[in-house]
Amino acid sequence: MKAFTVHTGIVAPMDRANVDTDMIIPKQFLKSIKRSGFGPNLFDELRYLDEGQPDADNSGRPLNPDFVLNQPRYAGASVLIARENFGCGSSREHAPWALEDFGFRVVIAPSYADIFYNNCFKNGLLPIVLSEAVVDGLFKAVSGSEGYALTIDLEKQLILTPDDQDIPFEVDAFRKYCLLNGFDDIGLTLQDADDIRQYEAARRESSPWLFNAG
Amino acid sequence: MAGKTLYDKLWQQHVVKERDDGTALIYIDRQLLHEVTSPQAFEGLRIAGRKPWRLDANLATPDHNVPTTAVERESGVDGIVDPVSKIQVVTLDSNCDEFGITEFKMKDQRQGIVHVVGPEQGATLPGMTVVCGDSHTATHGAFAALAHGIGTSEVEHVLATQCLIQRKMKNLLIKVDGELGKGITGKDVVLHVIGIIGTAGGNGCAMEFGGSAIRSMSMEGRMTMCNMAIEAGARVGMVAFDEITAEYVKGRPYAPTAAQWDMAMAAWKDLVSDDDAVFDKVVEIRAEDIKPQVTWGTSPEMVTTIDATVPTLDDARDSAQRAGFERAYDYMGLAAGQKITDIKLDRVFIGSCTNSRIEDLRQAADIAKGRQVASSVMQALVVPGSGLVKAQAEQEGLDKIFIEAGFEWREPGCSMCLAMNADKLGNGEHCASTSNRNFEGRQGYGGRTHLVSPAMAAAAAVAGHFVDVREF
Ligand code: SF4
Repeated sequence: MKAFTVHTGIVAPMDRANVDTDMIIPKQFLKSIKRSGFGPNLFDELRYLDEGQPDADNSGRPLNPDFVLNQPRYAGASVLIARENFGCGSSREHAPWALEDFGFRVVIAPSYADIFYNNCFKNGLLPIVLSEAVVDGLFKAVSGSEGYALTIDLEKQLILTPDDQDIPFEVDAFRKYCLLNGFDDIGLTLQDADDIRQYEAARRESSPWLFNAG
Repeated sequence: MAGKTLYDKLWQQHVVKERDDGTALIYIDRQLLHEVTSPQAFEGLRIAGRKPWRLDANLATPDHNVPTTAVERESGVDGIVDPVSKIQVVTLDSNCDEFGITEFKMKDQRQGIVHVVGPEQGATLPGMTVVCGDSHTATHGAFAALAHGIGTSEVEHVLATQCLIQRKMKNLLIKVDGELGKGITGKDVVLHVIGIIGTAGGNGCAMEFGGSAIRSMSMEGRMTMCNMAIEAGARVGMVAFDEITAEYVKGRPYAPTAAQWDMAMAAWKDLVSDDDAVFDKVVEIRAEDIKPQVTWGTSPEMVTTIDATVPTLDDARDSAQRAGFERAYDYMGLAAGQKITDIKLDRVFIGSCTNSRIEDLRQAADIAKGRQVASSVMQALVVPGSGLVKAQAEQEGLDKIFIEAGFEWREPGCSMCLAMNADKLGNGEHCASTSNRNFEGRQGYGGRTHLVSPAMAAAAAVAGHFVDVREF
């Protein structure tokens, strides 16, 4: 996993609530058995005017000019601001894979669906929760100034705005540690292998029916 | 000291180790695998040179991509026309073979939708932690189990370590007291709940369904309700253990027998929330208030009753929802104030992990019996949740009832629930569907989904538009 320390990037606004994972990456693209290559189909149904197909060339497809990521002013954006309950719906990790593959490193929203939030951290994508009022302020700032960029400092847990404001944010200590170091948490869990074995042995003793094969 | 909730108990029983930062290592008793969210997890194991921690904790079956016509199914994997779908199913087969994981392959009668297969096999048992790379894993909580969906990285984590790193959620109780009216099912109850608390109402919570209406509900009804807990934002839905649970579990292939059964029963009796347990939030609902539900919009919370009209902008709770309503009118091709019974259907889908179990099919067949699908309905599909549900239904003659009424009787799989195989809606088509998500494009590009119970879907197929099953 890519480590995340400090990141500066152009902000793109996704101004609707309850953006679900089908919207982030429609299901026909879930057929891939890879983790990468989902970027061109991020927000496929909003971004293009025709229906996308997996494994197809997207370069000649008609773009929806109204869609935010198609507007030149947001080219190269790597920070996404969004409204409440972002990432709701399915558990597909393809959603953060697609955001990451497109180039996003940070999402900022007032709330997220739990599974999506969790999946982001596993893929070097930082989901930040800020109050509705602060997020609303960011939406206004972004629409008011072209090339609006933010700097996100994970170590300090601060967002720096172009007008030198510091916006603090919360992040779980363990997730922060993994993200800062780019650690794979399987390796970390396996350091507790003895505890797992001990627990398992006791469970086999007390609840043997859980270990039956069909 | 206050008593414990069912969730508190399940959590506590599975803690391997608590960490200083408030997270805990939780032991996982059962992992269910399917072809869509597992390939990258197996690939991860291979790259890191790791082996599954405990083979017998895993059970796999392909479901999302499998075709559902008998002709295509005849030749197993080779019958999958779409090459990309085929690769996923072949990859699951070869991964399970390589690592030694039990899989019910396409030609196996036990194949089906993971959330139907787990309980049906007794592979989901009370007191277990159950995970799967699919958000509707909440279904299994109907057995007083702690069950939730996970992402692919976590699938890999569970394969490699038999554990997950979790943070304890809040306790939410949905208490449904009283007696459900005639024709009202678990589906109507859960849609009613989502209409009240919204799609984010359960975020961060483990949601227990309790109250007298739930106590007298069948396991199928409870599974339907827990299945849709995720549509209310809760990763976990749960129902306490009782005689109905035990009755369902008994005699299933993976269920304990003889002395182990008695041991298990003694342990399972405690899988209830204590009388003095404290919940962070309680929502009380009167069973008598619940009418047949129909979703009109593009989110499960955009739901109303069969005798109502499409809500107007004045009914929205805030500006965000108002904007959502406007988009939904447009996408769904509906006008505010339009009667629900005036919505005409192009297709009908009875199936999915929400409503494809035997009781669901019986309820739909009851309505379909001796009637005909309206000529204006292009297609009405019945897709059983597993090969065993299909066999049971055929033994009861339900297949004949459906076929005579003009429904198509299909092979088990996810089918038109998410349209990853050939079963999908055309642009602009309205569908009465027993599935769980009415998101834009979910059942096909431009498709318009209305979520309903199996009986309501069957009645809509016959009438060609929505009708009240209570008067049908
Ligand atoms: S039936 Fe639908 S919701 Fe259920 S697992 Fe399959 S695709 Fe997902």
